[in-house]
Amino acid sequence: MTGVHLTAPSVASTAPPTSRMAEPATGGRFGDHGGRFVPESLVAACAEVERTFREAWSDATFRQRLDRLRTVYAGRPTALTPAPNLSAELGLTVLLKREDLTHTGSHKINNVLGQALLAHRMGRTRLLAETGAGQHGVAAATAAALLGLDATVFMGERDMERQELNVFRMTMLGAQVIPVRSGSRTLKDACNEVLRHWVATVDDAYYCAGSVMGPHPYPWMVREFQRVIGEEARAQCAAELPAAVPTHVVACVGGGSNAAGTFAGFVDTDAQLVGVEAAGGAAMTDGAVGVVHGYRSRVLQDADGQVAEAHSIAPGLDYPGVGPEHAHLGDIRRARYVTVTDDEVVAALRRLARTEGILCALESAHAIAWVLRAAGTAELPSGSTVLITVSGRGDKDMPALMAAGR
Amino acid sequence: MSGQLATALRTAPAPRLVPYVTGGITANWTDYLLAYQDSGADAVEVGLPFSDPMLDGATLQQASDRALARGTRLDGVLADLAAVRDRLTVPVVVMTYANPVVRLGVVEFCRRLAEAGASGLIVPDVPVDELGSLESVAAVAGIDLVLLAAPSTSAGRLREICARSRGFVYAVSTMGVTGERTALDDGALTLASRAREASDLPVLLGFGVSTPAQAARACRAADGVVVASALMRKVLEGAGPDRLARIVADFRAAMDRAA
Ligand SMILES: Cc1ncc(COP(=O)(O)O)c(C=O)c1O
Repeated sequence: MTGVHLTAPSVASTAPPTSRMAEPATGGRFGDHGGRFVPESLVAACAEVERTFREAWSDATFRQRLDRLRTVYAGRPTALTPAPNLSAELGLTVLLKREDLTHTGSHKINNVLGQALLAHRMGRTRLLAETGAGQHGVAAATAAALLGLDATVFMGERDMERQELNVFRMTMLGAQVIPVRSGSRTLKDACNEVLRHWVATVDDAYYCAGSVMGPHPYPWMVREFQRVIGEEARAQCAAELPAAVPTHVVACVGGGSNAAGTFAGFVDTDAQLVGVEAAGGAAMTDGAVGVVHGYRSRVLQDADGQVAEAHSIAPGLDYPGVGPEHAHLGDIRRARYVTVTDDEVVAALRRLARTEGILCALESAHAIAWVLRAAGTAELPSGSTVLITVSGRGDKDMPALMAAGR
Repeated sequence: MSGQLATALRTAPAPRLVPYVTGGITANWTDYLLAYQDSGADAVEVGLPFSDPMLDGATLQQASDRALARGTRLDGVLADLAAVRDRLTVPVVVMTYANPVVRLGVVEFCRRLAEAGASGLIVPDVPVDELGSLESVAAVAGIDLVLLAAPSTSAGRLREICARSRGFVYAVSTMGVTGERTALDDGALTLASRAREASDLPVLLGFGVSTPAQAARACRAADGVVVASALMRKVLEGAGPDRLARIVADFRAAMDRAA
């Protein structure tokens, strides 16, 4: 017994270092990570979500409804766009998976359509969501409007000031936005507050987590709802690339949902999987093992276990934790996690805009920034084929960039 | 099977009263513990301040924030506790969240608690399914690991929680976070009765027990109460140990009258 484990190490941690990104082990374990660290009063609610998800996911009617919404509402499949100009400049073959082209402008819609249908199936009338940048909040408000559900979105007071436009969008969509004034008044505090609220409303409200975080089954379920990114991209790469599979698959990591969805399509190939974190919010690089928001994973924290605040120019990456499956993929070295700085990110956003005419979100620009830095080095040799997930569009970030004089 | 906490609570002659204080809330915070003891507490609960107290309402969040803003560290809280252990005859139960336990390591954390003289531990975001090594490590260190039951807990789970809890069974009175309430939920008494049937240990109701009258009512079904937010609100307002001693004495008197 090492003493650093709160739970006995699971069987998966001694298994060979592979991951198919399939179902987690019993109790929602990804190696030593994951689990369901919630108060007793939320255990039954989480178990009900798990049960309903399992049923729905093997129910052809549910899958058809979701597929149809993805097509006629969200605008899927999204394009795989070759980036010829950037490719020529970098000596690489760069392909962009265009989640920025979805309805509401980011991959978050993939997740909320799935969860909103699930809430509906469970007879819940209200979606609860936390949001940092506001992208998940907007997506949740959108799905709620579509399916006739109420939406209550918890948002740190400081984030509300930084993301006024998205607050207004949520209100336009009929959602109630609740300012969170506790702690650091940012995303991590909104995550606490939504769980506090859910404890008291489990009978009529459904908690709609915004990333591959939270108690079991959320990390697994959200990855399954995002898997569509990787599956589409896999088929599109097969049509686009002589080798069918890229040598590198790159995505930004906040909680890690767009990366998890993308990686799921390529985990069984030889492609190198690279997750890019913000230097000021790099739980994979700088975090220690801990428990927050219902799951065990890497967390930015001090020596006493007080959770630290993250700092990134991209509000969607301002999160001190990271999805437990990423911690596991890192442990077994199936994926690598790297960081880029705010300055590199702004330069990358501008470079993609000018070379390809694509104005991506600051979050997505993290993935671009790493490719720009690594191109032509041993990490990413000339001639590599690189799939980058563009998780969202940049419109939301223009006011902040203008204000910062960038 | 159990330590000092279990013995003290099992042999208490009257309804058990366990008042709470946030460690490090003021420089003299351990004086509150002594005041509680003098006013008839059967045990005292010490909350370790935490950055992300997800099961706490506004009052205990504020108490935690204030303690952290004073620069309170785990080391300091434990040193303060160790310094009063000779004068504290009632057992000390520590309440913390999972993250600090994992960060220090389960073995080290329990060892340090025991060293400071604590005899019980409550970790509200570690449900019975996630106990892992904590259960045996705490037992070896002589720490009674207290488990929580909620109104939503099924009969099967309640049996398991009661069988594996040590010291007492903590019955959470409401589907919600900590904080004062105008009335005790009916569900609270139902849960306490269910837990009592399933357990040999004392069953204490907590979360939102706000007034002496509510505490007295709680004791119709439970073996006692944990009182936190109602006391910490006073502390946050600036009330000192003497004032808190009188408030706890009022709880004690109301509970004894009802018994
Ligand atoms: C455009 C965009 N990309 C990425 C993220 C980060 O989330 P995740 O790591 O779950 O994909 C966000 C979160 O708000 C986002 O809005």
